[in-house]
Amino acid sequence: MHRTKVKIVEEALDANNTIARANRDDFERAGVKVVNFMSAPGAGKTALLERVVDQLPGVRVGVLEGDVQGSMDADRLATLHVPVTQLNTDPSFGGECHLDANMVRTALPDLPLDEIDLLVIENVGNLVCPAEFKVGEDARIMVSAITEGEEKPLKYPLMFRACELVLINKIDLLPHLDFDLDRFLHNLDAVNPGVARMLVSARTGEGVEQWRDWLTRLGSDVQVAV
Amino acid sequence: MHELSLSSAIVNTVVKHAAGRRVSVVNLRVGALRQVVPDTLEFYFEFVARGTVCEGATLEQELTPARLRCGDCDSEWAIEMPVFMCPRCGPGASIEIASGDEFEVESIEVEEAECIAPR
Repeated sequence: MHRTKVKIVEEALDANNTIARANRDDFERAGVKVVNFMSAPGAGKTALLERVVDQLPGVRVGVLEGDVQGSMDADRLATLHVPVTQLNTDPSFGGECHLDANMVRTALPDLPLDEIDLLVIENVGNLVCPAEFKVGEDARIMVSAITEGEEKPLKYPLMFRACELVLINKIDLLPHLDFDLDRFLHNLDAVNPGVARMLVSARTGEGVEQWRDWLTRLGSDVQVAV
Repeated sequence: MHELSLSSAIVNTVVKHAAGRRVSVVNLRVGALRQVVPDTLEFYFEFVARGTVCEGATLEQELTPARLRCGDCDSEWAIEMPVFMCPRCGPGASIEIASGDEFEVESIEVEEAECIAPR
């Protein structure tokens, strides 16, 4: 026996990226725009979706709901009469803490792609792993709640750099917290200079309209300014 | 915590290129911006490699520092904190990552049987 060195130089996530491209091609063929919606657990992804999914003029929305287990979020959204498909990472995918391109691929047959214009993929709540795994999306949106503090962009640069739009949620709590919004925005601009951001409150509805407009433009295939 | 999935990605990539040969070393290049914890990656790699041609292989991690380049003034500098701003030009200048976002299998060492020359 002897040892041979084999030169490879290949991005280890190439396999995922290849499947993501295949997903993207399928979505494009079906005329569906796709959003990968990400945040830490409890930042308000589902609450923000409840505010918009049935209210985009001329845009039919579908949701792919990613969770480790359970269908609580999907059940909430289903009451709004939009098609919701549940994708659990446990046990089929070993309880993964994020969605990857292959998981989304397995869900494709269950998605009513000919009945929707915009698919929102609500990722598993997590600020690290989802940033690494493209799933075939057109845009990545992340939610950062002000209860998470000002330093999150500096602690999770991978996630904050991976998105085209940051929703800063729970701003109705601003008067009750020590959260320094300027410092958060300063940190955000350090990590992802000039990234689009919106101040919103899923609870009061403040600022939600501009997000609704952003999604409507994306879903109607109008170029979104990012 | 993403080290588990990243380990699977490494093993899949290596298995593809090993073409059935037993792998003794995997040389990986990891950029500082990938937020990978080397010890955790090694731990999961050993676990995920079991039952594949990578079982028992050593995972060598070359850590590449985070360096940025300014598209406006062409200067290059190293960063400790994730601040994507040119120290000379300030905000607004276009910033590229010169190094530090790699996560690639650079090479592997495989064991091959000696060729037996035909008589």
